[in-house]
Amino acid sequence: MPEIHLSQLVKRYGKTEVLHGIELSMAENEFTVLVGPSGCGKSTTLRMIAGLESVSDGEIYFDGKPVSHLEPKDRDLAMVFQDYALYPHMNVARNMSFALRLEKRPKDEIDRKVREVAATLGLSDYLERKPGELSGGQRQRVAMGRALTRDASTFLFDEPLSNLDAKLRGQMRAELALMSQRVQKNMIYVTHDQIEAMTLADRIVVMHGGYIQQEGTPEELFKRPINRFVAGFLGTPPMNFLGANIEQRGDEAFVAGDGFALRLEGAQADAAKKHSAREVTVGVRPSDIDYAPDAPSDRALTLQPLVSEYIGAQSVLLCENKAGNVTVEVKSETPVALGEPLTFAVNPERIHLFDRQSEAAL
Amino acid sequence: MNSANRLTPYLFMAPAIVIMGIALIYPLGYMMYGSLLDWNPSQSIEEAEFVGLKNYITLWGDPNFHESLAVTLIFAFVGVSIELVLGVGLALLLDRNLRGMTLLRTMFILPMMIAPVVVGLMWRYMFHPTVGTFNRTLEALGLPTVDWLGQNALLSVIIADVWQWTPFIFILSLAALQSLPRSALEAARIDGATAWQQIIHIKLPLMMPVLIVTGLLRLIDAFKVLEVILVLTEGGPGLSTEILALRISRTATEFRELGVAAAMSNYLLILLMLLTAAMFTLSRIQEIRANRVRAAAEEDS
Ligand SMILES: Nc1ncnc2c1ncn2[C@@H]1O[C@H](COP(=O)(O)OP(=O)(O)OP(=O)(O)O)[C@@H](O)[C@H]1O
Ligand SMILES: [Mg+2]
Repeated sequence: MPEIHLSQLVKRYGKTEVLHGIELSMAENEFTVLVGPSGCGKSTTLRMIAGLESVSDGEIYFDGKPVSHLEPKDRDLAMVFQDYALYPHMNVARNMSFALRLEKRPKDEIDRKVREVAATLGLSDYLERKPGELSGGQRQRVAMGRALTRDASTFLFDEPLSNLDAKLRGQMRAELALMSQRVQKNMIYVTHDQIEAMTLADRIVVMHGGYIQQEGTPEELFKRPINRFVAGFLGTPPMNFLGANIEQRGDEAFVAGDGFALRLEGAQADAAKKHSAREVTVGVRPSDIDYAPDAPSDRALTLQPLVSEYIGAQSVLLCENKAGNVTVEVKSETPVALGEPLTFAVNPERIHLFDRQSEAAL
Repeated sequence: MNSANRLTPYLFMAPAIVIMGIALIYPLGYMMYGSLLDWNPSQSIEEAEFVGLKNYITLWGDPNFHESLAVTLIFAFVGVSIELVLGVGLALLLDRNLRGMTLLRTMFILPMMIAPVVVGLMWRYMFHPTVGTFNRTLEALGLPTVDWLGQNALLSVIIADVWQWTPFIFILSLAALQSLPRSALEAARIDGATAWQQIIHIKLPLMMPVLIVTGLLRLIDAFKVLEVILVLTEGGPGLSTEILALRISRTATEFRELGVAAAMSNYLLILLMLLTAAMFTLSRIQEIRANRVRAAAEEDS
């Protein structure tokens, strides 16, 4: 429920600084997803919000009140730990009801709540088992259940579904999406799974090396990444990057690289003209390239498909080109011959340009 | 081939078993046999007269033996209980990473390193009715002095033992505490547990296996303690601090009845074995009960 604000949050372990001034506001009842490569500081951020790690510098505000001096129990939050952190000596039911029992809730209420949550998580048959007698995925669900029985105002999830099989993960994801609509809670969620991030988030925060790279709605981040890192991090298969230069030919702007010259359109062309002859990296998502033998050369790439990976309705083609390797996503039925140079059309509106040096979007 | 494979492990264990047999079983057997004899130290074991269970029966009805047994039980259980409470309490207090903690922890375990005879002498001096540290301090504070090694001899002996052996429980508890899963404690903090609730619901239950073994080791040790009491009180006044080990040694040396001493040792041994067995049965029963509850629950669903 509270509006959470991280103000210039810094974390140091001894001399090494792992978070360098995180500035982030999370509105009331917002579902915020933190993503980023391993070791970028997601768990550390979450643990500082929870009060498990001390704040080296900066402050955390809940509804405008500084909380960094408060114990975790005074921050009214529930958390799912990356390593589950179950109580080894308690069975599943007691693990899930620990917080409620500490609050001295009536026994039948606790029982009801535990059974209800256990049922949604598919744990009803395991209530009497100790964590040591469960599989990894079952333990992870217990960790999830322990948070979901709580009535806290903020929920922190640290990769809560990472160990579940695809089907179960889909179910849990739907369950979480439902829950976040139904109850008015703040959710802060760390994940490596792009689908989870895209489907659950009101807002995604991309972190890298202890800095926030970009934050925004999933759509904003996907369509307008502000730098090469964000562009390459979100989206599967990842975006293709090709080295090129901006060239102005008469009234038109092109990005030209080894063996290709793509004409830019609209606002991007206007912007590009200001950076004539600039060295850039061209970014194109595999889904924005399509097999089109008749495409005009100013919006086409000549690629030589080497491998075709069949993934159902789509196939991913790994292709070679003078400027480097390019992946293309095409409909499975598209007739492509491997090993031959073929013409692929690029959607000109979906071309991303990044400065070669600073890697920032132009 | 197959049977050879199955026997191989025993083959490798054989030397250890033989050495155990010689080092453990032989003296034990010797003592068993000795307890059935009317045997005095000037005789060799062949010359001693075989009297069957007479030594055991005499002891069974001997009020002095009863008193000694009672003193031993009080000393061991009261002493070890206090040590457990203090040792675990200290470990809970000092389980944190502050500057100087290592030094403090090292100082806490010093008493354990001092030879028991020295401990006895030290405490005898401190308990001395007129020049002892305690009574002088009490006097200086204007309080009545205490007759430490007189009326309160058993209490004094327990105090000395607590001083020496609390550190043992302290280090083992501290080690147990520091190997607890950190993340479970963090989860408890998130779940709203106060420091006290964390101790009661998480730390102590998780330390329990270590505490049981530690307590058992201490009990066994306390049943056999000798030097400190010998130096402090020599079992007096009267029989008030004459614990079994002391009585056994006096029976053997002063009363020159080796057979009776051996029988007494065997009673002590039986007592200790019963104690150990009881501990393990208890934890086994708890385990079985937990399993049964679980099995029932899983059948239901
Ligand atoms: N106790 C610690 N002492 C020193 N460095 C630490 C400590 N805990 C974490 N770090 C460092 O802080 C950085 C961020 O760690 P963190 O656990 O937040 O990463 P993460 O983004 O959650 O990664 P993952 O996705 O692998 O869980 C890492 O480089 C890690 O090595
Ligand atoms: Mg992490």
